[in-house]
Parts: sequence; C-alpha cells; structure tokens
Amino acid sequence: MIDNTLIYPVILQLFTAILMLFFWRKTVSQRIISIAGSTLVVVASVRLFAKVWSGGILTMHAAGWEAPFGISFVADVFSSSMVLLTSFSGLAISIYSATGIARGRMLYGYFPILHFLLMGLNGAFLTGDIFNLYVWFEVIIIASFVLMTLGGRKPQIEGSVKYMAMNILASTFFLTGIGILYGITGTLSMADLSLKIAALENRRLVDIASLFFVIGFSIKSAVFPLYFWLPSSYHTPPSAVAAAFGGLLTKVGVYALFRVLTLIFIPDDFIRILLIILAVFTILTGTFGAVIKNNIRRIFSYLIVCHIGFMIGGLGMYSDIALTGALFYLFHDMMVKTNIFLIAGLIRKLRGTMNIEKLGGLYAEYPLLSLLMALVLFSLVGIPPLSGFWPKIYLFEAAFMDKQYALIAAIIVGSFATLYVIAKLWANAFWKELPPPATSGERVTDDFKPLSWGRKSLLVAPVVILAAITLFIGLGAEHIARIVSHIVVEMKDTTPYIDAVLGKGVAR
Amino acid sequence: MEWVLVILIGVLYGGGIFMLLRRSMVKLLIGLTLLGNGANLLIFLLGRITKGKPPVIDSLSKVFTDAYADPIPQALILTAIVISFGLQAFAIVLLKRVYVLVSSDDLDDLNTPEEEDI
Repeated sequence: MIDNTLIYPVILQLFTAILMLFFWRKTVSQRIISIAGSTLVVVASVRLFAKVWSGGILTMHAAGWEAPFGISFVADVFSSSMVLLTSFSGLAISIYSATGIARGRMLYGYFPILHFLLMGLNGAFLTGDIFNLYVWFEVIIIASFVLMTLGGRKPQIEGSVKYMAMNILASTFFLTGIGILYGITGTLSMADLSLKIAALENRRLVDIASLFFVIGFSIKSAVFPLYFWLPSSYHTPPSAVAAAFGGLLTKVGVYALFRVLTLIFIPDDFIRILLIILAVFTILTGTFGAVIKNNIRRIFSYLIVCHIGFMIGGLGMYSDIALTGALFYLFHDMMVKTNIFLIAGLIRKLRGTMNIEKLGGLYAEYPLLSLLMALVLFSLVGIPPLSGFWPKIYLFEAAFMDKQYALIAAIIVGSFATLYVIAKLWANAFWKELPPPATSGERVTDDFKPLSWGRKSLLVAPVVILAAITLFIGLGAEHIARIVSHIVVEMKDTTPYIDAVLGKGVAR
Repeated sequence: MEWVLVILIGVLYGGGIFMLLRRSMVKLLIGLTLLGNGANLLIFLLGRITKGKPPVIDSLSKVFTDAYADPIPQALILTAIVISFGLQAFAIVLLKRVYVLVSSDDLDDLNTPEEEDI
C-alpha cells in the first residue's frame, strides 16, 4: 500500500533540526524545540507502527519513480518497530540533554546535530534501497563524529580518531559490497535484489558480496574482532551522547545485518557458522573486558559488545526461534542500553566520578533513585520476569535444537558475567560506605542536590520513561513476542515485502 | 581499457590497506582516501563501461534498441565522492586537533591513562 506519511518520522526530525538552526544562540528555545520535536516524532512513530501493524507493509516511492528505478521507502513491522523504539530513546535523550549537557556544547549546535543523527537513524530503518541505506549511514556517522568531538577534551578527541577511522573503513567495505552487488545484478532496490540474487547462478560471487556487507556491518555493530574502537571511544563523550551511541548506533548495524541477511542474501552454512563463531568470541571478549574494568561507562561499553554477540548468534542459527530470540533481545537492548548510559550520567552528577572504587553510599542517600536504577540494571541482567530474561529462553531453546553447544556455553558465561559485573557495581556504588578521598584536596562533589526541582525531574524523567518501557517489555512479554514472531514470519517469507514494493505478482 | 582499471583498483585497495596498518595518523588518513577512491572506481568498472552510447532513447523508437551507457554508477560515484569529501575534510581537522593536543603523529600515543577518566 502506498502511503507517503510513512516518511514523517524522518521529515519531522529534519524540520526540528532546521528550526533550531534559527535559534543558534538561544539555548532555552533549543531545549524546548528539541523536546517538542521528539514528542511529535514519538506520536508519528506510534501512528506509523499502528498503521503497519493493522494494515500491512507501507511503501513510498520518492518523487513518484516506481521501484526498482527510483528510491523507495518501506515500512514493515520490523522497521516501524525500530523507528518506534528509536523515537522513545530520542525523546528520553532530548529530555535528559536539557540539563545533562553543558551550555557550552549547546552553543556549538549540540541539539541540531542530535536531531540530524536521529533523522539518519529513522531514514536507515525506513529505506528500501541499498545505496540509500549507505547514504543514511553516512548521515549517521558524520553527525556522530560531531557529537563525539563536541567539547574537544583530550580523551574525547583521542577516542574519536579510532571511532572515525573504523567507521569510515566500515563504510568503504559497505560501498564495495554495493559496487559488486550492482555489478552482478544491475539493481539497487532491496526487493528487486532479493529476486535477482535468488536467481543468480554464480553463488561464489554472491558469497563474496555478502561477506563485504557482513564485515562492514560487523565493524559498525562492534562484532569480534573489529570491536575495539567501541570500548575505547564510548566512555569519552557526555552521557546523553553515549546513551544515543550505545543504545542506537550499534543497533542500526545489527538491523542492517538482519535486513541484508534475511531479505537480500539467504545465508548458507558458511556464513551461518561464521556468524556463530564470531558471536561466541564477541560474547567472550566483551565479558572479559567488562569484568576487569572499574569505570562504569567502560564496563557498560564492554557489555554492549558482549550483548551484540547474543543477537549475532541468534542470526547465525537462523531458525524461527533463534530469530525471535535475537529480535526480542534487540528490542530489549535498545531501551536498556540507552537507559544505563543515562544512569551512568546520573551517578556522575551525584558523585562527580564514575570510578566504582571511589563511589559508595548511594543507596543510603538516594534510596528511591537507587531502586529505580536497580530495576534497570536487573532488566539488563535478565532477572525473571524482567525484560532481559525472555529472549535468552528463546536463544537457549534454539541453540539446543541446533546443537550449538559452544554458543550455549558462551551465552551462559556472558549472562553470568553480566550478573557478576552488575552485582559488583551495585555492591560498590550503592551499598558500600563512601570511601574517604585518596588525597586531602579531593572532595566528593554532588552536582545533583543543588539543582532546582524542575531540573532534577528533567534528569530523572527520561530514566523513568525508559524504565517503564523496559518493564512493559518484561511484564508484557507476550505482546512483544507476538510482534517479534510476526517479524520473523515477514523475514522468512519475503513475498509480501517484494509485492508491496514492486507490485503484485512479481515475486513467485 | 578495463584491465588498466582492474590493476588500478587493486593497487588502490592494496595501498590503502597498507597505509591503514601504519602507525602514523596522516598515513591512516591517506589510506582511507585511497580505499575510498578504489571503491569509487570499482563501482565505475562494475557498472559496465560503454563508450560513446548516451543513455538517451532515439526520438523514433520507444525503448532502447542499442547498448547504452548506464548512468546510475556515475550518480552513485558522485554521491560517494561528495560524502567522502566531507568525511575527509572532517578527518583532517580532527587530526590537526589531535596533533595540537597530543603533539604527536603516532597512533600509539593516543591512550590517556585510566586514572584520568572520571
């Protein structure tokens, strides 16, 4: 069904960003516009999701050029639910940024760039054209470069070099893959590619092209062995930015992997085994990194790597249950990872440090806030009935059916390590007595107490919103499972997608 | 004509990867530039090079009856060039900034010790 309103989540972000450019030095107006814009995008995304859920796949052909010749935008349940979750994260980050970001950064265009980043994410989820996906990826990375370097402190700039180099390299791999794909099929529309690739004789060339995509997206989503840029850069920017990166940027790489490997290439045994091996090593290396670090955000950065492995492993097994588990985990992860970085920022505000050795006594001083954080951290670990628990059941079941015992072992190790790390964090930061300062000149600085009530609630509200969504994912797991299994059906049978883009009866 | 491009693309990719593996930041940037140009040429080559046949339908006929040059690879390359131009401009400014802060061109000097992060 052709419906041009599916582009609203992209257009609204663009207009929000452009409108803010007219209020360049007026940071108060920028904050209001940012929150209002993000709220509008949430409304548009909910509407889009409801439409797609009830009415099936929506398409839009840019400038009326029909697929496969023009660029088409497609909203199926997978992309519209990703847009929905991104909008929730975006709203939370907008609200948090209103007090969590220093005024100096806002004066240099923090808010417009944040909204350009969110626009790029929504565009990447909604596009149905492989080259257009590349362009959206570039929109995302150029915006993320600016967010990462804004402020210009030394560790930040140092982290950005690694981040920039690896992301440009990933884009080049992706572009090379597109070049080969265009050479062998002569089309760029994903639906058309799906048909043409399936009919191709030369499977070796198809495998090589798919490997370029796998490598490119693996760098972006921090899969072993190309994950090292993530833990060495994600702890440097302000927490609101780290939340956007941790919750959304690596997940767009995972989204692209799922999209390309289910719609365009159907992975053969070689790629599936490769993905499972990569998943095992990703989980293990993420685990080892998280266990030895003392800085909260470094721990969380390694946990991102660890948990990416769960999704890649699910994709590698490729059975219905495995994909259900991996997608469920993806949805849970987007909400929780955004939230834990916001929480890390809150802890920084409360104590002036993120080193767990120097932290302490948070539970005694802020019991309610600590309980709220505990809820999110327990969801991350996957204590039943919270949200991290359900996808793991699916993953275990799929791994047992597929006899992937190495992956089962890795998931168990990864889950226990997450539990251990969170328990260590909880015991050190919340339960332990506040340690005396190491040097006499050092003092504990609480930037939270002196804030006015309104500013405090602007910091806490986003954590509450995301925690409520996480709670819904956990307690209302049957609703999420229904959405996810619908997506898996769409992934396994691509005929409706191809019909929606190219017109009825093209796919056989 | 094609085989010249094939060799050139191979050299650009090989040289790009080699430069990426060096420790100097400027060489890293040159490596990324070479790789990007290699990818652009690859798209150009794989889009089938057709000489002297514009993608315009003859006024007398309704469909293409002859071979024609595919305009899409050129559109793709143009987009990719503009994007890589922007990214490289950003990267140069970033590396200049790093040089001012760290006063070194060596990637191994980029590790601010753990104690300093708060």
